[in-house]
Amino acid sequence: MKLRYGFRTFLLELVMIAVALAFLFPVYALITLSLKDKQQIASTPLAPPTSPTFGNFADAWQRASLGSALLNSTVITVVSLLLLIAVGSFAAYFLARCASRLGFGLYVLFLLGIVLPFQLGMIPLFKLVDSAGLLGSYQGMIIFYTGIQLPFTIFLYTGFIRALPADYANAALIDGAGHWQAFTRVVFPLLRPITGTVLILNAVFIWNDFFTPLLYLGGSARETVPVRIFAFVGQYVSDYGLVFAGLVLAALPILVVFLVLQRYVIKGFASGLKG
Amino acid sequence: MSLLTIRRAKGGFLRPPWWFAAPALAVYALVVLYPTASGIVYAFTDWNGIGDSSFNGLDNFSKLLQDDAARGSLVNTLLLSVAIVIVQNGVGLALALGVHTAIKSRALLRVVFFAPAVVSPVMVAFLWKYVYNPAPDAGLNGILGAVGLGGLRQDWLGDPSLAIWSVAGMVVWQFAGYSMVIFLAGLEGVPAELHEAAMIDGAGRFQRFRHVTWPLLAPAVTINVMLSTIGGLKLFDQVYAATNGGPGHASETLSTVLYKQAFVFGNYGYSTAIALVLALFVAAVSMVQIFYLRGREVSA
Repeated sequence: MKLRYGFRTFLLELVMIAVALAFLFPVYALITLSLKDKQQIASTPLAPPTSPTFGNFADAWQRASLGSALLNSTVITVVSLLLLIAVGSFAAYFLARCASRLGFGLYVLFLLGIVLPFQLGMIPLFKLVDSAGLLGSYQGMIIFYTGIQLPFTIFLYTGFIRALPADYANAALIDGAGHWQAFTRVVFPLLRPITGTVLILNAVFIWNDFFTPLLYLGGSARETVPVRIFAFVGQYVSDYGLVFAGLVLAALPILVVFLVLQRYVIKGFASGLKG
Repeated sequence: MSLLTIRRAKGGFLRPPWWFAAPALAVYALVVLYPTASGIVYAFTDWNGIGDSSFNGLDNFSKLLQDDAARGSLVNTLLLSVAIVIVQNGVGLALALGVHTAIKSRALLRVVFFAPAVVSPVMVAFLWKYVYNPAPDAGLNGILGAVGLGGLRQDWLGDPSLAIWSVAGMVVWQFAGYSMVIFLAGLEGVPAELHEAAMIDGAGRFQRFRHVTWPLLAPAVTINVMLSTIGGLKLFDQVYAATNGGPGHASETLSTVLYKQAFVFGNYGYSTAIALVLALFVAAVSMVQIFYLRGREVSA
């Protein structure tokens, strides 16, 4: 809709900016406090820092071992995403092109996983991971994320593939390509838009997930960022400057990625969930 | 030879073979199907991790109704879900309508309002724990004092009657921008001609919203209401990090109670029974919403 920028629009602009500033108050508090020493926090908690100090950041980075936590989160997220995309797109290709009753039944079985809360299988799965000796390991988390996010991944891929003409793959098959070749060389490249959405939505979920890594990794050397931050805050709870510096450092990587890719991320979140 | 005859001649060779789905099915069975099925069975036993477990019928469920903390958590979960659905989507819609205009800051505002949604809920909860600081000169209380509303200062997370609403507040702050983004996608799908036609017919601002925009927003409403209801019912991270269910059991949710029953008290059977109740709620809500909200969707 083409609208003129009149006086009313100007007023609306002012109101929206005021709302945004109020909305950003917690972020202002976060940054301000992370730049103050204990004394400044005690005397003037909300005023801008008079003499900003960056000591909290170096301290927090070291005491929370954020370097290793970021590495753990990165390994788990990246490997899980690669597996989800590979395993999910193969399965969705079969489910989208198989018209039989079996194929449909299998599709419904996968979709069931979107509705089932994972807490229902939480304890049996915990026992399973424990008896396989995978508590405190990358592998345990990676298998968990691949399984738990498959339903949603398959749902997105299947919907997309169904809307795609089968002719490209069929032409390759008639030219003598095998199904494997037809999929990897012809179909998969056509899935790029939905692969982007799958990537973004799963990445944000896995990176931020807390409950299961707390169970599987808590106390180990493989703790992800949210679990490490949880332990760190518990330890230094009254030292707001230090805690907030830790929060800033821990939130920064995903915020930077978001700001760089914001158009795609917002589009992914807005479109990926349409049933 | 046409494609159709090839398909017939070779018994459907154009269809991908079943083994394309095999790896997915194997992982899914291992991580979701098998644990969920055995979880459902354990919900009817007295399993506690030590020794044998035996079936105890519906004992776990009647225990749930007699256990004050668990019953309270059920009520809290429902109250939290309702509050989050209404406020988060109300705020999200208002933001979307404000941003979907000719204002110059719209691209920036969209990013600002959405940004908290990509940050870990645990970290947002710790940030808000400071915002809800009971000290009179810190956080929200400090702001209230500074603008002359010192009388409204509260012990936001420490007051048992206020704690769950404070938790709802931080959830809304984090995810209102998410609702906004989905509403915006819906608003962009409303054809401008419909608005122009309504304007020519003399419809005012409110009438155009009520009769043109709102019906066409129905798919976005469905998605938003479903996502926020399910998120509200499953709420764990924010509660665990901000109040750990306290003070007392005042802000306990089904997820925090079932977590504690399992990993603090070792009552595995009872914990899975609570998870089953949660699952039934989620399933019931999803069904009702799909049938009811889908029913009022219209196409442009």
